[in-house]
Amino acid sequence: MAEPMVRISHLNSWYGRGRNRKQVLRDVSLELAPGEALGVVGESGSGKSTLAKCVLGMVTDITGTLEVRSPRPQMVFQDPYGSLNPVKTVGWILEEPLRASGVRDRAERRRRVLDFLPLVGLEEEHLARKPAQLSGGQRQRVAIAAALIQGGRLIVLDEPVSALDVTLQAQILRLLAGLREKLGLSYLFISHDLAVVYQLCTRVAVMTEGGIVEEGDVDQIYDHPRHPYTKKLLAASLALD
Amino acid sequence: MKRKNWYLTIGTVLTACMLAFTALGLFWTPCVPSAMDAAARNAPPSAAHLFGCDAYGRDVLSRTLEGAGSTLTIALAVLAVGAACGLAVGALCGYYGGPADALIMRLCDAAAAFPSVLLALVVLAITGPGKYNVIGALGVLFIPSFARLVRGEFLKYRDRDFVKSARLMGVRDMRIIFVHILPNTWPTLLSGLTIGFNNAVLAEASMSYLGIGVRPTEPSLGYMLKDAQGTLFTLPWCTVFPAAAVVLLILGVGLVGEGIRERMGAAE
Repeated sequence: MAEPMVRISHLNSWYGRGRNRKQVLRDVSLELAPGEALGVVGESGSGKSTLAKCVLGMVTDITGTLEVRSPRPQMVFQDPYGSLNPVKTVGWILEEPLRASGVRDRAERRRRVLDFLPLVGLEEEHLARKPAQLSGGQRQRVAIAAALIQGGRLIVLDEPVSALDVTLQAQILRLLAGLREKLGLSYLFISHDLAVVYQLCTRVAVMTEGGIVEEGDVDQIYDHPRHPYTKKLLAASLALD
Repeated sequence: MKRKNWYLTIGTVLTACMLAFTALGLFWTPCVPSAMDAAARNAPPSAAHLFGCDAYGRDVLSRTLEGAGSTLTIALAVLAVGAACGLAVGALCGYYGGPADALIMRLCDAAAAFPSVLLALVVLAITGPGKYNVIGALGVLFIPSFARLVRGEFLKYRDRDFVKSARLMGVRDMRIIFVHILPNTWPTLLSGLTIGFNNAVLAEASMSYLGIGVRPTEPSLGYMLKDAQGTLFTLPWCTVFPAAAVVLLILGVGLVGEGIRERMGAAE
């Protein structure tokens, strides 16, 4: 088996300082293979977003082992209204990652942006618009393109479709699945929505109270959950459907 | 439905008129502003002297034109000093936070606790009067209010997802501050600048009125008002026209600021 894209073992993490220092992650161990989509599910406060931040290097108060093999892992945020700079045009937003990675030549940047657009289902005419002039689905496509254009192979998706309505959810999930195949991406997919995880991920880890209670292939977890918390989550999600 | 933004329209027209009036004064005045015409002493407004003449026979229109120019120049210079330094301090404090931010903000609180004109008085008592001393003293005193305004904006934006995303992409902090965040704060800053401008005009006028601003050889609207206060009832034109210039300038810029805020509110 190839070197894992992410290897986490016995990871603990804390928020706050001094007396307010609170442990958020407890002894988390996890591997993400290249090209794999791993779902991390749990209710809010379970530590799944903290786990994502650790992988991105945004949390520094940690102990344990954390190895990430992709340079510059990127994140796609839940709310495409907040993750795109409201005063900039789509063209600027997509060129900025290239500028940050040292592509000085304007024509070169422009060419690479234009090459990338069809991959995420955007058109050249969108480049001159500002985020407010795009639909929610288009905004999330821009956010995905901005996360991918630097060429990183690891993408953390933090509830990327939960702000969208159901038909758009399906579109964006199809897009993400297609991109993973085409570009050989690895996804760490954070979600509370088991149905969405089922559509996109190959493996799933269930988190509660800062620890992983169960992990395995999606089919196995969904058909034969072993941990009572997983059963509870599944029952709750079925009740909603 | 789009409502007409009357504040912005009227404010812009008024400001443009006052700026044109002031710009005219930089190149042309009907008489030499300091020339005294003994025959025209205490002359009321007439075709020869549109705004009349003062007790020394100096043309009030010419002096108002020149005074508006120096008042405006001083106000803009004060604003430039205060806004530039306040922007730098506020942006860095708001973005980085931490103990340095807390310390600087407490210093700003302390400075803001004194009336700025009083502090400027103290500074000018030490440095002596004159255009550049006024600019320096008022400019420094304007820093805290801008710093606080800018800091508030940066606090609002620094944890937004688009900023986090820029950090993940490896964009450098200075670029995040000035290229990613700053343009988002323009509407608030512009409206703050209009208030600051008005305060600067008033502060300059009050300092000159108190006789510690510009030197008597450098006309300013405040200094003219000080000169004319003894003859307020006998020669009202000496007071009314320079005062009207101050009022209209401040009203115009104030309306522009109000219009910007209204437009911002509509956008949100």
